[in-house]
Amino acid sequence: MDRFSWTTGLLELGETLVIQQRGVRLSDGEEKVKFDSGVLLLSTHRLIWRDQKNHECCIAVPLSQIVFIEEQAAGIGKSAKIVVHLHPASSNKEPGPFQSSKYSYVKLSFKEHGQIEFYRRLSEEITQRRWESMPTGQAMQVNKDSQAGRIRAVGIVGIERKLEEKRKETDKNISEAFEDLSKLMEKAKEMVELSKSIANKIKEKQGDITEDETIRFKSYLLSMGIANPVTRETYGSGTQYHMQLAKQLAGILQTPLEPPAGRDYEVPGLFLSPVLCSLTQEQGGIMSLTEVYCLVNRARGLELLSPEDLVNACKMLESLKLPLRLRIFDSGVMVIELQSHNEEEMVAAALETVSEKGSLTADEFAKLVGMSVLLAKERLLLAEKMGHLCRDDSVEGLRFYPNLFLTQS
Amino acid sequence: MHRRGVGAGAIARRKLTEAKYKERGTVLAEDQLAQMSKQLETFRTHLQAFASKHKQEIRRSPEFRLQFQHMCAAIGVDPLASGKGFWAEVLGVGDFYYELGVQIIEVCLALRHRNGGLITLEELQQQVLKGRGKFAQDVSADDLLRAIRKLKVLGSGFGTIPVGGTVLVRSVPAELSMDHSVVLQLAEKKGFVTVSEIRESLGWETERAKQVLEHLLKEGMAWLDAQAPAEPQFWLPALFSELHGQEGTAGP
Repeated sequence: MDRFSWTTGLLELGETLVIQQRGVRLSDGEEKVKFDSGVLLLSTHRLIWRDQKNHECCIAVPLSQIVFIEEQAAGIGKSAKIVVHLHPASSNKEPGPFQSSKYSYVKLSFKEHGQIEFYRRLSEEITQRRWESMPTGQAMQVNKDSQAGRIRAVGIVGIERKLEEKRKETDKNISEAFEDLSKLMEKAKEMVELSKSIANKIKEKQGDITEDETIRFKSYLLSMGIANPVTRETYGSGTQYHMQLAKQLAGILQTPLEPPAGRDYEVPGLFLSPVLCSLTQEQGGIMSLTEVYCLVNRARGLELLSPEDLVNACKMLESLKLPLRLRIFDSGVMVIELQSHNEEEMVAAALETVSEKGSLTADEFAKLVGMSVLLAKERLLLAEKMGHLCRDDSVEGLRFYPNLFLTQS
Repeated sequence: MHRRGVGAGAIARRKLTEAKYKERGTVLAEDQLAQMSKQLETFRTHLQAFASKHKQEIRRSPEFRLQFQHMCAAIGVDPLASGKGFWAEVLGVGDFYYELGVQIIEVCLALRHRNGGLITLEELQQQVLKGRGKFAQDVSADDLLRAIRKLKVLGSGFGTIPVGGTVLVRSVPAELSMDHSVVLQLAEKKGFVTVSEIRESLGWETERAKQVLEHLLKEGMAWLDAQAPAEPQFWLPALFSELHGQEGTAGP
């Protein structure tokens, strides 16, 4: 390690950077020294190491000092290394971190990889000996004073400057983005004003607007994301888009909702993943909207539905006479069920299950029957509402019993 | 002298005038609709130009998304209302938030058996980021809150409860009143709360405190440590990860 000299890291005129690599540790032969984590730079003339934390700490050795290099493969817990064997230090060498060393080689540990390329380039430079044909002035080492004559600072400072420029560029891009965004919003605002004006006209006319115009207007609002100023809903139900969606949904969901019957069902425009099929088993005719939301969006992958899209489409299921319908429980929980599904009938089955076990909580029932806890609870609550079950509400949880008051009175 | 505006003839004439105005009104609205249709196309072009330059920014930068959302709100536009809207189709804002919605639902479902359907926003963020993998974009607290706000409409009980230093995300249709929220806030500091603390800090009667705590127990949002030294302690699993600073693990 005594072959290295302190340096500013600035490249000479005529010296070119070949490759650099972060995360390199420098060792004096077999011994670890304080040069633990740095950037290793290879130029046409030198091998430079700069501390990643303290940029002032920068050392270099001329390539002409290199006798030969060898690779050391990585091992368990050990990074790959390049061993650099060096000539003895020349007498006029500039001062460096070590006055003497018992080793004539140093090891470069590539903690963040990159050794393969570095080795290749280093070999190349040593072979080509470009430093001989590109004289850089008298000394290899540069004193801080002689910077005056420099026209352009290449080297590490130059690299840092480039990085800084790039950062500024990114910042500028973001400011530009914000500027463009403001302009865009101005235009969007105009659209909002126009839609308000139209809505006022509609209100005034009170029903003289044609069906067709209403549909058109609603779809314009949909495109812009403007709440319907007339009805105050976010376009409620009734756009073509939601009608189409409703039909699509009926197509996708009917298969997972129906119990497996070996049906070969062609679903237009969508593929049925294994997820959908497995849900067939579990759901038995009924699914919460959150489940549907996840299922459909996972299947789509792109151009996902918004939660509102889903709700608005589901609201149209019944009126479009599709085989599915939306049902809203007292608790506000929303489900999709097959038209053929009769929750009230399922309640009879639930009563049997509860009777068999004596009593059940929603969790227990869910596990037994293989449905989600959310829907299990709704079913039990419905059973209670219909008078079949009684509740025992304690700190240990909500437990349901068969309503003996009814049956044994 | 004729008196105008009176008599059957005048009424008939007035009706005719009104009808004419109505007719004109129809024409006016149609004009405006046609105008809006044209302007929409123009706007869409502007949006496309914007997207070709800055679409990346939306996905990449939470700050930019935030600014975008604020601007939309300011002019009365909801870019997340529909996947069919321009914002979703052209800018791709929709997919980001709708997918996030799916991820939020999945995390909440996985952890429900443990926390009863209550989770801190921080833990939710952690779990969601874990699920998204190493190379996914960053997700901010604001992003999560917006996605959750959209999920509310699905009816399965998504909501948020501010509790002192953080926000609790609820994912079950359990009824939580102001009383419950206040007690949750009290519990935030230590992760648990006792009847005495409630009496002292909030000045409530024992009965009221007990009711609230029992409700939380029933819903699985609180666990009872009946063997605590002084008096029973009611712990909130949702607040555990906050206390210990460890990452919770999602259930099976």
